[in-house]
Amino acid sequence: MKRFTHALIEKNLILLGVLTLLTVAIGGLVQIVPLFLVETTIERVQGIRPYTPLELMGRNIYVREGCYLCHSQMVRPFRDEAERYGHYSLAAESMYDHPFQWGSKRTGPDLARVGGRYSDDWHAAHLRSPRELVPASVMPPYAFLDRPLDAEAIRAHLRAQRGVGVPYSDEMIAEAPRDLAAQATPEADATGFSRRYPNARQAAFDADPKVVTEMDALVAYLQMLGTLVRFSDVTPDQLRQP
Amino acid sequence: MASYAEPGLAEPDVEAPVRAFAIATVFWGIAGFLAGVVIAAQLAFPLLNLDLEWTTFGRLRPLHTSAVIFAFGGNALIGTSLYIVQRTCRARLFGGEEMGWFLFWGYQFFIVTAAVGYLFGVTQGKEYAEPEWYVDLWLTLVWVAYLVAFAGTILKRREPHIYVANWFLLAFIITVAMLHIVNNLALPVGDGIGKSYGLASGVQDAMIQWWYGHNAVGFFLTAGFLGMMYYFIPKQAGRPVYSYRLSIVHFWSLIFLYIWAGPHHLHYTALPDWAQTLGMVFSIMLWMPSWGGMINGLMTLSGAWDKLRTDPGLRFSVTAVGFYAMATFEGPVMSIRAVNSLSHYTDWTIGHVHSGALGWNGFIIFGALYWLIPVLWKKRLYSERLVAWHFWVATLGIVLYITAMWVSGIMQGLMWRAYDEHGFLQYAFVETVAAMHPYYVIRMLGGLLYLSGALIMAWNIYRTVTAAEEEAPAALPAALPMAAE
Repeated sequence: MKRFTHALIEKNLILLGVLTLLTVAIGGLVQIVPLFLVETTIERVQGIRPYTPLELMGRNIYVREGCYLCHSQMVRPFRDEAERYGHYSLAAESMYDHPFQWGSKRTGPDLARVGGRYSDDWHAAHLRSPRELVPASVMPPYAFLDRPLDAEAIRAHLRAQRGVGVPYSDEMIAEAPRDLAAQATPEADATGFSRRYPNARQAAFDADPKVVTEMDALVAYLQMLGTLVRFSDVTPDQLRQP
Repeated sequence: MASYAEPGLAEPDVEAPVRAFAIATVFWGIAGFLAGVVIAAQLAFPLLNLDLEWTTFGRLRPLHTSAVIFAFGGNALIGTSLYIVQRTCRARLFGGEEMGWFLFWGYQFFIVTAAVGYLFGVTQGKEYAEPEWYVDLWLTLVWVAYLVAFAGTILKRREPHIYVANWFLLAFIITVAMLHIVNNLALPVGDGIGKSYGLASGVQDAMIQWWYGHNAVGFFLTAGFLGMMYYFIPKQAGRPVYSYRLSIVHFWSLIFLYIWAGPHHLHYTALPDWAQTLGMVFSIMLWMPSWGGMINGLMTLSGAWDKLRTDPGLRFSVTAVGFYAMATFEGPVMSIRAVNSLSHYTDWTIGHVHSGALGWNGFIIFGALYWLIPVLWKKRLYSERLVAWHFWVATLGIVLYITAMWVSGIMQGLMWRAYDEHGFLQYAFVETVAAMHPYYVIRMLGGLLYLSGALIMAWNIYRTVTAAEEEAPAALPAALPMAAE
């Protein structure tokens, strides 16, 4: 048998290309495929539900404005982060996040558990003019979010979410426009809404119940972040990952 | 303008689109550096967000990263690769001039549609993969054409061997295609809006994103640029590549190991530990091929080190390899979980990225341009003195940038975890923000210097290509930089 020389590969484009593709494919296959197959990758905790229509639209604004470029949503299991932000983040808590927004930089603080820490009014005022509340802040002002929310396509959004695996029911999709308005209007009847989205809060998030604004949607989203899992009920066994 | 014809070839190389890519590289470089200076200034002086939705940091930051990586780096990569593959294969570009122009305009269209989208908030919300599905589809089309042109030219080659630079460039093209397609699988919402939702969510999405994200570094900003190194440094030095054997080891080990490194962006997150550990171990192993390649590049200068005194373009290329060595040492260190627990989420990461992007990618592009522009236009470079000025201004800019980010990053990481004598957290988050201010100003000044250097280069190149006289370029190749077998 002829001794192998590398010249064999570097004289044959197809061989070089195929070997290259095989070489670069291995790492990704080993790291990515098991995450879809091993069930314990997602912790077995209670309380995770799909976003309400208003929260979903708020999340889309969060993505649109690039909030993830300065705020992480991933609390690490360290003492200082536990005291500053709360329990470390679980994979389950972002299982319906398309895309994930864990972030890579904390120019501002982590937001994974910001829900309920400040009032709705604080959030709206802070978003409009961050330095009036936090003088040393370097966050851009978002006063322009006080404009009507364009939610014409809300059913299409929920359908697409269902298409990528979020368990929205036919009823949730059909009622989406009504649920969106109901969540932002405190006096609206919310029986159906609360049954479809347990623990979702109804409020005039930007203090004006008459118009559903982008501010309403974003604040509704921020106020539910990290609130779905009740950690007092969680057992260590539920948190075990592979 | 007549193109340079290889003796014995029926048709000359396709050069006009390569010239266009070179000009676009300069243009987008300045645009990207300017965007960087603007967002750096916004972090120091938030008033500069201008109270407008289109000019907030959140919308401009993807503009900066995309302009630098995909517009500046991408135009340089495609342009030089089309030049390199024709020269080292002694074959005209597959698809000819038309293919070259399609790639040029197709790629510029991708950049402009992506950039305009960012300003209006059209984004997938995944770092370095922000463009929405319709822009992604267009880029896929252009990229397939690029692969066809590149591989087609290699198939037509009149050299028995495929030169080492082309291995790296081919790996770059193939791998970027794989990463781009998998990371951007998405379902459009429809109803006439551009929005889409990615197929993966949460932890799986995070893994796929950083598999993509780290290998945008590994294959776009490293493998492709190593292709540049393996062509231009031997050309500038007038010496063959130091070691053929090392090139082979370098190539296969680099492309095999790099692809595993993604999870080091996800240390201590909800990604399972086994994946984090794999990411860390492979990141540390990656140090070896990185330095092997660095040694191969630098040792190519053995016997030609004196040229550093006389050839400022070569100075850029060699310093680039030096920064590459530094960044690829720092990277594995930061991928160690204990170090990462301090460095992650801080400016240290930003500094690390910029020692790679400004020092390695930027400088190797500048070195290549200073060599290639006189060759492509067949004119003598307008001023070597200005090249020296560019070099020192840019180097000073990098030094200011990365030292400011080291200090601010490590300081912020330490402040976050500091406890007072009563056992309480010592600093509120906003106190750590306030402490960053002086370093953000220094970083901005560093960026401003780097931008000034690029403007000096643009002037130098403008004077070169618009000069009246034509003359035979001094640096035209005598022989291919091919290692002996």
